Amino acid sequence: MGLELYLDLLSQPCRAVYIFAKKNGIPFELRTVDLLKGQHHSDDFAQVNPLKKVPALKDGDFTLAESVAILLYLSRKYETPDHWYPQDLQARARVDEYLAWQHTALRTSCTRTLWQKMMFPVFLGQRVPPEMLASTLAELDRCLQLFEDKFLKDQDFLAGSHISVADLVAITELMHPVSAGCQIFKSRPKLEAWCQRVEAAVGEGLFQEAHAAIMKAKDLPPADAAMKEKLKPFIQLLLQ
Amino acid sequence: MGLELYLDLLSQPCRAVYIFAKKNSIPFELRTVDLRKGQHLSDAFAQISPLQKVPVLKDGDFTLTESVAILLYMTRKYKVPDHWYPQDLQARARVDEYLAWQHMALRRNCLRALWHKVMLPVFLGEPVSPEMLAATLAELDVTLQVLEDKFLQDKAFLAGPHVSLADLVAITELMHPVGAGCQVFEGRPKLAVWRQRVEAAVGEVLFQEAHEVILKAKHSQPADPTIKQKMMSRVLAMIQ
Repeated sequence: MGLELYLDLLSQPCRAVYIFAKKNGIPFELRTVDLLKGQHHSDDFAQVNPLKKVPALKDGDFTLAESVAILLYLSRKYETPDHWYPQDLQARARVDEYLAWQHTALRTSCTRTLWQKMMFPVFLGQRVPPEMLASTLAELDRCLQLFEDKFLKDQDFLAGSHISVADLVAITELMHPVSAGCQIFKSRPKLEAWCQRVEAAVGEGLFQEAHAAIMKAKDLPPADAAMKEKLKPFIQLLLQ
Repeated sequence: MGLELYLDLLSQPCRAVYIFAKKNSIPFELRTVDLRKGQHLSDAFAQISPLQKVPVLKDGDFTLTESVAILLYMTRKYKVPDHWYPQDLQARARVDEYLAWQHMALRRNCLRALWHKVMLPVFLGEPVSPEMLAATLAELDVTLQVLEDKFLQDKAFLAGPHVSLADLVAITELMHPVGAGCQVFEGRPKLAVWRQRVEAAVGEVLFQEAHEVILKAKHSQPADPTIKQKMMSRVLAMIQ
Protein backbone atom coordinates (compact mmCIF):
# COMPACT_ATOMS: atom_id res chain seq x y z
CA MET A 1 0.00 0.00 0.00
CA GLY A 2 1.48 3.35 -1.01
CA LEU A 3 0.89 6.75 0.51
CA GLU A 4 -2.61 7.36 1.85
CA LEU A 5 -3.99 10.78 2.71
CA TYR A 6 -7.04 10.94 4.94
CA LEU A 7 -8.81 14.17 4.06
CA ASP A 8 -12.06 16.08 4.01
CA LEU A 9 -11.77 19.07 1.69
CA LEU A 10 -14.19 20.99 3.91
CA SER A 11 -11.20 21.37 6.22
CA GLN A 12 -8.64 24.09 5.50
CA PRO A 13 -5.52 22.10 6.44
CA CYS A 14 -6.76 19.21 4.28
CA ARG A 15 -6.97 21.53 1.29
CA ALA A 16 -3.39 22.67 1.78
CA VAL A 17 -2.16 19.06 1.91
CA TYR A 18 -4.29 18.07 -1.10
CA ILE A 19 -3.09 20.96 -3.25
CA PHE A 20 0.54 20.35 -2.28
CA ALA A 21 0.41 16.64 -3.11
CA LYS A 22 -1.42 17.16 -6.41
CA LYS A 23 0.71 20.10 -7.52
CA ASN A 24 3.87 18.11 -6.93
CA GLY A 25 2.60 14.97 -8.64
CA ILE A 26 2.91 12.97 -5.42
CA PRO A 27 1.05 9.68 -5.89
CA PHE A 28 -1.44 8.95 -3.12
CA GLU A 29 -4.70 7.17 -2.34
CA LEU A 30 -7.31 9.67 -1.22
CA ARG A 31 -9.22 8.38 1.82
CA THR A 32 -12.20 10.64 2.37
CA VAL A 33 -13.20 11.16 6.01
CA ASP A 34 -16.60 12.88 6.05
CA LEU A 35 -16.44 15.24 9.02
CA LEU A 36 -20.08 16.26 8.99
CA LYS A 37 -21.03 12.58 9.17
CA GLY A 38 -18.64 12.18 12.12
CA GLN A 39 -16.43 9.66 10.32
CA HIS A 40 -13.39 11.03 12.13
CA HIS A 41 -14.77 9.44 15.30
CA SER A 42 -14.76 5.91 13.92
CA ASP A 43 -12.57 3.21 15.49
CA ASP A 44 -10.94 2.56 12.10
CA PHE A 45 -9.87 6.14 11.74
CA ALA A 46 -8.56 6.23 15.32
CA GLN A 47 -6.02 3.61 14.18
CA VAL A 48 -4.72 6.12 11.68
CA ASN A 49 -4.95 9.16 13.93
CA PRO A 50 -5.81 8.75 17.63
CA LEU A 51 -6.25 12.54 17.74
CA LYS A 52 -9.33 11.95 15.53
CA LYS A 53 -8.59 14.80 13.20
CA VAL A 54 -7.90 15.36 9.54
CA PRO A 55 -5.62 15.56 7.72
CA ALA A 56 -3.77 12.36 8.50
CA LEU A 57 -1.11 10.55 6.51
CA LYS A 58 -0.35 6.84 6.34
CA ASP A 59 2.83 5.71 4.65
CA GLY A 60 3.11 1.96 5.12
CA ASP A 61 3.21 1.53 8.90
CA PHE A 62 4.00 5.15 9.52
CA THR A 63 1.10 7.42 10.47
CA LEU A 64 1.31 11.18 10.88
CA ALA A 65 -1.07 13.89 12.05
CA GLU A 66 -0.89 17.71 11.80
CA SER A 67 -0.95 19.39 8.38
CA VAL A 68 2.30 21.29 8.95
CA ALA A 69 4.14 18.07 9.80
CA ILE A 70 2.54 16.33 6.81
CA LEU A 71 3.50 19.12 4.39
CA LEU A 72 7.11 19.08 5.60
CA TYR A 73 7.27 15.26 5.45
CA LEU A 74 5.97 15.27 1.88
CA SER A 75 8.35 18.04 0.83
CA ARG A 76 11.33 16.08 2.15
CA LYS A 77 10.34 12.59 1.07
CA TYR A 78 9.40 13.61 -2.46
CA GLU A 79 12.14 16.24 -2.78
CA THR A 80 9.79 18.92 -4.01
CA PRO A 81 11.17 22.12 -5.61
CA ASP A 82 13.13 24.28 -3.17
CA HIS A 83 10.74 27.23 -3.10
CA TRP A 84 8.08 25.26 -1.20
CA TYR A 85 10.34 25.11 1.88
CA PRO A 86 13.50 26.98 0.92
CA GLN A 87 16.96 25.85 1.99
CA ASP A 88 17.94 29.47 2.58
CA LEU A 89 18.12 29.93 6.36
CA GLN A 90 16.18 33.18 6.62
CA ALA A 91 13.57 32.34 3.97
CA ARG A 92 12.92 29.02 5.71
CA ALA A 93 12.64 30.81 9.05
CA ARG A 94 9.95 33.09 7.55
CA VAL A 95 7.96 30.02 6.48
CA ASP A 96 8.36 28.45 9.95
CA GLU A 97 7.34 31.70 11.57
CA TYR A 98 4.13 31.90 9.55
CA LEU A 99 3.31 28.21 10.04
CA ALA A 100 3.69 28.64 13.82
CA TRP A 101 1.75 31.91 14.11
CA GLN A 102 -1.24 30.80 12.09
CA HIS A 103 -2.36 28.02 14.48
CA THR A 104 -3.68 30.39 17.12
CA ALA A 105 -4.39 33.33 14.85
CA LEU A 106 -5.72 33.08 11.30
CA ARG A 107 -6.77 29.44 11.57
CA THR A 108 -8.86 29.93 14.68
CA SER A 109 -10.34 33.11 13.30
CA CYS A 110 -11.26 31.59 9.92
CA THR A 111 -12.82 28.48 11.47
CA ARG A 112 -14.95 30.54 13.85
CA THR A 113 -16.01 32.88 11.05
CA LEU A 114 -17.18 30.07 8.78
CA TRP A 115 -19.12 28.35 11.51
CA GLN A 116 -20.61 31.38 13.21
CA LYS A 117 -21.54 33.18 9.98
CA MET A 118 -22.70 30.32 7.87
CA MET A 119 -22.61 26.80 9.21
CA PHE A 120 -24.65 27.62 12.30
CA PRO A 121 -27.63 29.12 10.46
CA VAL A 122 -27.44 26.99 7.30
CA PHE A 123 -26.38 23.63 8.62
CA LEU A 124 -27.44 23.66 12.25
CA GLY A 125 -30.45 25.94 11.97
CA GLN A 126 -29.20 28.12 14.82
CA ARG A 127 -28.32 31.77 15.03
CA VAL A 128 -25.24 32.97 16.80
CA PRO A 129 -25.79 36.11 18.92
CA PRO A 130 -25.04 39.17 16.75
CA GLU A 131 -22.48 40.52 19.27
CA MET A 132 -20.56 37.26 19.11
CA LEU A 133 -20.50 37.25 15.29
CA ALA A 134 -19.46 40.91 15.27
CA SER A 135 -16.63 40.16 17.66
CA THR A 136 -15.50 37.20 15.53
CA LEU A 137 -15.51 39.29 12.35
CA ALA A 138 -13.58 42.05 14.11
CA GLU A 139 -10.97 39.51 15.18
CA LEU A 140 -10.74 38.20 11.60
CA ASP A 141 -10.22 41.74 10.42
CA ARG A 142 -7.44 42.23 12.94
CA CYS A 143 -5.74 38.98 11.83
CA LEU A 144 -5.98 40.00 8.19
CA GLN A 145 -4.35 43.32 8.99
CA LEU A 146 -1.51 41.57 10.84
CA PHE A 147 -1.19 39.17 7.94
CA GLU A 148 -0.72 42.02 5.50
CA ASP A 149 1.46 44.22 7.70
CA LYS A 150 3.68 41.73 9.44
CA PHE A 151 3.82 38.69 7.15
CA LEU A 152 3.07 39.68 3.56
CA LYS A 153 4.40 43.25 3.69
CA ASP A 154 5.55 44.29 0.19
CA GLN A 155 6.55 40.84 -0.92
CA ASP A 156 5.00 38.75 -3.66
CA PHE A 157 4.63 35.77 -1.36
CA LEU A 158 4.95 35.19 2.38
CA ALA A 159 8.58 34.02 2.29
CA GLY A 160 9.74 36.30 -0.50
CA SER A 161 9.58 36.06 -4.26
CA HIS A 162 8.27 32.53 -4.61
CA ILE A 163 5.31 30.55 -3.37
CA SER A 164 5.94 28.32 -0.34
CA VAL A 165 3.91 26.03 1.93
CA ALA A 166 3.16 29.13 4.03
CA ASP A 167 1.12 30.63 1.16
CA LEU A 168 -0.77 27.35 0.68
CA VAL A 169 -1.66 27.15 4.35
CA ALA A 170 -2.72 30.82 4.35
CA ILE A 171 -4.83 30.78 1.21
CA THR A 172 -6.74 27.65 2.16
CA GLU A 173 -7.58 29.35 5.46
CA LEU A 174 -8.83 32.50 3.76
CA MET A 175 -11.18 30.52 1.54
CA HIS A 176 -13.14 29.61 4.66
CA PRO A 177 -14.51 33.11 5.30
CA VAL A 178 -14.78 33.65 1.52
CA SER A 179 -17.08 30.64 1.24
CA ALA A 180 -19.14 32.08 4.12
CA GLY A 181 -19.69 35.21 2.05
CA CYS A 182 -17.17 37.51 3.75
CA GLN A 183 -15.80 40.22 1.46
CA ILE A 184 -12.28 39.87 2.79
CA PHE A 185 -10.63 41.38 -0.28
CA LYS A 186 -12.80 44.49 -0.28
CA SER A 187 -10.45 47.40 0.40
CA ARG A 188 -7.53 44.97 0.69
CA PRO A 189 -5.95 45.23 -2.77
CA LYS A 190 -2.61 43.89 -1.54
CA LEU A 191 -4.27 40.77 -0.16
CA GLU A 192 -6.31 40.31 -3.32
CA ALA A 193 -3.23 40.60 -5.54
CA TRP A 194 -1.42 38.02 -3.40
CA CYS A 195 -4.41 35.68 -3.59
CA GLN A 196 -4.40 35.88 -7.39
CA ARG A 197 -0.66 35.22 -7.49
CA VAL A 198 -1.05 32.14 -5.28
CA GLU A 199 -3.95 30.81 -7.35
CA ALA A 200 -1.92 31.28 -10.53
CA ALA A 201 1.11 29.55 -8.99
CA VAL A 202 -1.05 26.61 -7.86
CA GLY A 203 -3.02 26.50 -11.13
CA GLU A 204 -6.66 27.56 -11.48
CA GLY A 205 -7.94 24.04 -12.19
CA LEU A 206 -6.39 22.50 -9.09
CA PHE A 207 -7.33 25.48 -6.92
CA GLN A 208 -11.00 25.32 -7.98
CA GLU A 209 -11.06 21.54 -7.54
CA ALA A 210 -9.69 21.74 -4.00
CA HIS A 211 -12.23 24.41 -3.07
CA ALA A 212 -15.34 22.97 -4.73
CA ALA A 213 -16.66 21.43 -1.51
CA ILE A 214 -16.20 24.47 0.73
CA MET A 215 -17.66 26.83 -1.88
CA LYS A 216 -20.80 24.66 -1.94
CA ALA A 217 -21.03 24.39 1.83
CA LYS A 218 -23.79 27.01 1.94
CA ASP A 219 -25.99 24.62 -0.05
CA LEU A 220 -25.60 21.75 2.38
CA PRO A 221 -28.82 20.14 3.54
CA PRO A 222 -29.50 20.86 7.21
CA ALA A 223 -27.96 18.48 9.71
CA ASP A 224 -30.18 15.81 11.19
CA ALA A 225 -30.51 15.30 14.95
CA ALA A 226 -27.83 12.59 15.03
CA MET A 227 -25.30 14.84 13.28
CA LYS A 228 -26.10 17.73 15.61
CA GLU A 229 -25.51 15.50 18.61
CA LYS A 230 -22.15 14.36 17.26
CA LEU A 231 -21.06 17.92 16.56
CA LYS A 232 -22.07 19.21 20.03
CA PRO A 233 -18.59 19.31 21.66
CA PHE A 234 -17.10 20.99 18.61
CA ILE A 235 -19.89 23.53 18.66
CA GLN A 236 -19.31 24.38 22.33
CA LEU A 237 -15.70 25.18 21.46
CA LEU A 238 -16.67 27.47 18.61
CA LEU A 239 -18.94 29.52 20.82
CA GLN A 240 -16.41 30.19 23.57
CA MET B 1 26.06 43.10 17.25
CA GLY B 2 25.73 39.32 17.52
CA LEU B 3 22.64 37.26 18.26
CA GLU B 4 20.12 38.89 20.61
CA LEU B 5 17.32 37.03 22.34
CA TYR B 6 14.44 39.05 23.78
CA LEU B 7 13.05 36.91 26.59
CA ASP B 8 11.14 36.81 29.84
CA LEU B 9 11.64 33.48 31.58
CA LEU B 10 8.14 33.81 32.97
CA SER B 11 7.03 32.71 29.49
CA GLN B 12 7.14 29.03 28.50
CA PRO B 13 8.37 29.48 24.94
CA CYS B 14 11.11 31.80 26.21
CA ARG B 15 12.34 29.08 28.55
CA ALA B 16 12.59 26.57 25.69
CA VAL B 17 14.60 29.05 23.61
CA TYR B 18 16.84 29.97 26.57
CA ILE B 19 17.59 26.37 27.52
CA PHE B 20 18.30 25.42 23.90
CA ALA B 21 20.69 28.31 23.34
CA LYS B 22 22.52 27.75 26.62
CA LYS B 23 22.70 23.98 26.28
CA ASN B 24 24.21 24.32 22.81
CA SER B 25 26.54 27.14 23.88
CA ILE B 26 25.08 29.46 21.30
CA PRO B 27 26.49 32.91 22.08
CA PHE B 28 23.79 35.53 22.58
CA GLU B 29 22.97 38.78 24.34
CA LEU B 30 20.04 38.31 26.67
CA ARG B 31 17.59 41.20 26.37
CA THR B 32 15.09 40.87 29.21
CA VAL B 33 11.57 42.06 28.47
CA ASP B 34 9.72 42.15 31.80
CA LEU B 35 6.17 41.13 30.95
CA ARG B 36 4.77 41.90 34.39
CA LYS B 37 6.07 45.45 34.06
CA GLY B 38 4.42 45.70 30.64
CA GLN B 39 7.76 46.18 28.87
CA HIS B 40 6.51 44.22 25.87
CA LEU B 41 3.95 46.99 25.32
CA SER B 42 6.56 49.74 25.11
CA ASP B 43 7.20 51.70 21.92
CA ALA B 44 10.84 50.60 22.08
CA PHE B 45 9.91 46.95 22.00
CA ALA B 46 7.31 47.54 19.25
CA GLN B 47 10.26 48.64 17.11
CA ILE B 48 11.82 45.24 17.67
CA SER B 49 8.58 43.32 17.15
CA PRO B 50 5.21 44.82 16.19
CA LEU B 51 3.49 41.68 17.50
CA GLN B 52 4.63 42.74 21.01
CA LYS B 53 5.30 39.21 22.20
CA VAL B 54 8.26 37.22 23.42
CA PRO B 55 10.45 35.43 22.50
CA VAL B 56 12.04 37.42 19.70
CA LEU B 57 15.36 36.72 18.01
CA LYS B 58 17.41 39.44 16.38
CA ASP B 59 20.41 38.43 14.28
CA GLY B 60 21.83 41.60 12.75
CA ASP B 61 19.02 42.98 10.59
CA PHE B 62 17.05 39.76 10.74
CA THR B 63 14.24 39.66 13.31
CA LEU B 64 12.27 36.48 14.00
CA THR B 65 9.26 35.73 16.21
CA GLU B 66 7.61 32.42 17.19
CA SER B 67 9.59 30.09 19.46
CA VAL B 68 9.28 27.11 17.10
CA ALA B 69 10.73 29.15 14.23
CA ILE B 70 13.47 30.50 16.54
CA LEU B 71 14.43 27.01 17.75
CA LEU B 72 14.59 25.70 14.18
CA TYR B 73 16.63 28.72 13.04
CA MET B 74 19.20 28.19 15.80
CA THR B 75 19.25 24.43 15.11
CA ARG B 76 20.23 25.06 11.51
CA LYS B 77 22.51 28.07 11.91
CA TYR B 78 24.57 26.62 14.75
CA LYS B 79 24.58 23.02 13.51
CA VAL B 80 23.60 21.49 16.85
CA PRO B 81 23.71 17.70 17.52
CA ASP B 82 21.34 15.73 15.31
CA HIS B 83 19.05 14.46 18.06
CA TRP B 84 17.53 17.90 18.64
CA TYR B 85 15.91 17.81 15.17
CA PRO B 86 16.87 14.45 13.63
CA GLN B 87 17.72 14.10 9.96
CA ASP B 88 15.80 10.84 9.88
CA LEU B 89 12.58 11.52 7.96
CA GLN B 90 10.16 9.84 10.33
CA ALA B 91 11.84 10.96 13.57
CA ARG B 92 11.85 14.55 12.28
CA ALA B 93 8.16 14.22 11.35
CA ARG B 94 7.42 13.19 14.93
CA VAL B 95 9.08 16.34 16.22
CA ASP B 96 7.17 18.47 13.68
CA GLU B 97 3.93 16.76 14.63
CA TYR B 98 4.43 17.57 18.30
CA LEU B 99 5.54 21.15 17.64
CA ALA B 100 2.38 21.73 15.54
CA TRP B 101 -0.07 20.02 17.92
CA GLN B 102 1.10 21.76 21.05
CA HIS B 103 0.06 25.32 20.07
CA MET B 104 -3.65 24.73 20.56
CA ALA B 105 -3.33 21.90 23.05
CA LEU B 106 -0.69 21.72 25.79
CA ARG B 107 0.44 25.34 25.42
CA ARG B 108 -3.05 26.67 25.59
CA ASN B 109 -4.03 24.56 28.59
CA CYS B 110 -0.84 25.21 30.56
CA LEU B 111 -1.22 28.94 29.98
CA ARG B 112 -4.84 28.88 31.15
CA ALA B 113 -3.94 26.81 34.22
CA LEU B 114 -1.30 29.34 35.32
CA TRP B 115 -3.49 32.36 34.66
CA HIS B 116 -6.68 30.97 36.14
CA LYS B 117 -4.97 29.55 39.21
CA VAL B 118 -2.38 32.21 39.97
CA MET B 119 -1.83 35.14 37.64
CA LEU B 120 -5.37 36.48 37.33
CA PRO B 121 -6.07 36.46 41.08
CA VAL B 122 -2.58 37.25 42.40
CA PHE B 123 -1.07 39.48 39.74
CA LEU B 124 -4.15 41.14 38.27
CA GLY B 125 -6.42 40.96 41.30
CA GLU B 126 -9.17 39.36 39.23
CA PRO B 127 -10.89 36.45 40.97
CA VAL B 128 -11.54 33.29 39.00
CA SER B 129 -14.57 31.19 39.88
CA PRO B 130 -13.91 27.69 41.24
CA GLU B 131 -15.98 26.26 38.35
CA MET B 132 -13.81 28.01 35.74
CA LEU B 133 -10.64 26.83 37.43
CA ALA B 134 -11.98 23.29 37.73
CA ALA B 135 -12.91 23.26 34.03
CA THR B 136 -9.44 24.50 33.06
CA LEU B 137 -7.70 21.90 35.19
CA ALA B 138 -9.95 19.17 33.76
CA GLU B 139 -8.98 20.23 30.22
CA LEU B 140 -5.31 20.19 31.22
CA ASP B 141 -5.80 16.68 32.52
CA VAL B 142 -7.24 15.51 29.20
CA THR B 143 -4.30 17.05 27.33
CA LEU B 144 -1.79 15.39 29.65
CA GLN B 145 -3.43 12.07 28.87
CA VAL B 146 -3.03 12.72 25.13
CA LEU B 147 0.61 13.69 25.72
CA GLU B 148 1.21 10.34 27.43
CA ASP B 149 -0.91 8.11 25.19
CA LYS B 150 -0.36 9.58 21.74
CA PHE B 151 3.02 11.30 21.93
CA LEU B 152 5.17 9.71 24.62
CA GLN B 153 3.75 6.17 24.57
CA ASP B 154 6.50 3.76 25.67
CA LYS B 155 9.37 5.78 24.31
CA ALA B 156 12.12 7.41 26.33
CA PHE B 157 11.44 10.80 24.71
CA LEU B 158 8.64 12.25 22.60
CA ALA B 159 10.23 11.65 19.21
CA GLY B 160 12.18 8.49 20.05
CA PRO B 161 15.21 7.41 22.08
CA HIS B 162 16.81 10.85 22.37
CA VAL B 163 15.80 14.28 23.65
CA SER B 164 14.62 16.64 20.93
CA LEU B 165 13.06 20.10 20.51
CA ALA B 166 9.69 18.47 21.18
CA ASP B 167 10.71 17.48 24.73
CA LEU B 168 12.12 20.92 25.44
CA VAL B 169 8.94 22.66 24.29
CA ALA B 170 6.79 20.19 26.23
CA ILE B 171 8.66 20.31 29.51
CA THR B 172 8.80 24.09 29.63
CA GLU B 173 5.03 24.09 29.09
CA LEU B 174 4.44 21.66 31.94
CA MET B 175 6.43 23.81 34.33
CA HIS B 176 3.75 26.48 33.95
CA PRO B 177 1.07 24.58 35.91
CA VAL B 178 3.83 23.29 38.21
CA GLY B 179 4.70 26.91 38.95
CA ALA B 180 1.02 27.48 39.67
CA GLY B 181 1.07 24.68 42.24
CA CYS B 182 -0.61 21.98 40.14
CA GLN B 183 0.59 18.45 40.84
CA VAL B 184 0.96 17.63 37.18
CA PHE B 185 3.19 14.60 37.68
CA GLU B 186 1.25 13.09 40.58
CA GLY B 187 -0.46 9.90 39.52
CA ARG B 188 1.40 10.04 36.22
CA PRO B 189 4.54 7.97 36.80
CA LYS B 190 5.31 7.66 33.09
CA LEU B 191 5.31 11.42 32.68
CA ALA B 192 7.31 11.90 35.91
CA VAL B 193 10.03 9.56 34.68
CA TRP B 194 10.11 11.32 31.30
CA ARG B 195 10.48 14.65 33.09
CA GLN B 196 13.50 13.36 35.01
CA ARG B 197 15.06 12.11 31.78
CA VAL B 198 14.57 15.47 30.09
CA GLU B 199 15.96 17.37 33.10
CA ALA B 200 19.00 15.07 33.14
CA ALA B 201 19.49 15.52 29.37
CA VAL B 202 19.29 19.32 29.71
CA GLY B 203 21.33 19.39 32.92
CA GLU B 204 19.89 20.04 36.38
CA VAL B 205 21.59 23.39 36.86
CA LEU B 206 20.46 24.87 33.57
CA PHE B 207 16.95 23.50 34.10
CA GLN B 208 16.66 25.05 37.57
CA GLU B 209 18.10 28.34 36.34
CA ALA B 210 15.58 28.56 33.49
CA HIS B 211 12.69 27.82 35.84
CA GLU B 212 13.54 30.04 38.79
CA VAL B 213 11.14 32.77 37.68
CA ILE B 214 8.10 30.59 36.98
CA LEU B 215 8.51 28.71 40.25
CA LYS B 216 8.14 32.03 42.06
CA ALA B 217 5.17 33.18 39.96
CA LYS B 218 2.67 32.75 42.77
CA HIS B 219 4.59 35.40 44.69
CA SER B 220 4.14 37.98 41.89
CA GLN B 221 3.64 41.53 43.10
CA PRO B 222 0.21 42.85 42.14
CA ALA B 223 0.31 44.68 38.81
CA ASP B 224 0.58 48.42 38.64
CA PRO B 225 -2.98 49.66 37.81
CA THR B 226 -1.83 51.41 34.62
CA ILE B 227 -0.06 48.27 33.47
CA LYS B 228 -3.07 46.18 34.35
CA GLN B 229 -5.31 48.35 32.22
CA LYS B 230 -2.93 48.11 29.25
CA MET B 231 -2.58 44.35 29.60
CA MET B 232 -6.08 43.20 30.39
CA SER B 233 -7.58 42.78 26.93
CA ARG B 234 -4.41 41.13 25.63
CA VAL B 235 -4.35 38.72 28.56
CA LEU B 236 -7.97 37.75 28.02
CA ALA B 237 -7.33 37.21 24.30
CA MET B 238 -4.23 35.14 25.08
CA ILE B 239 -6.01 32.75 27.42
CA GLN B 240 -9.20 32.40 25.37
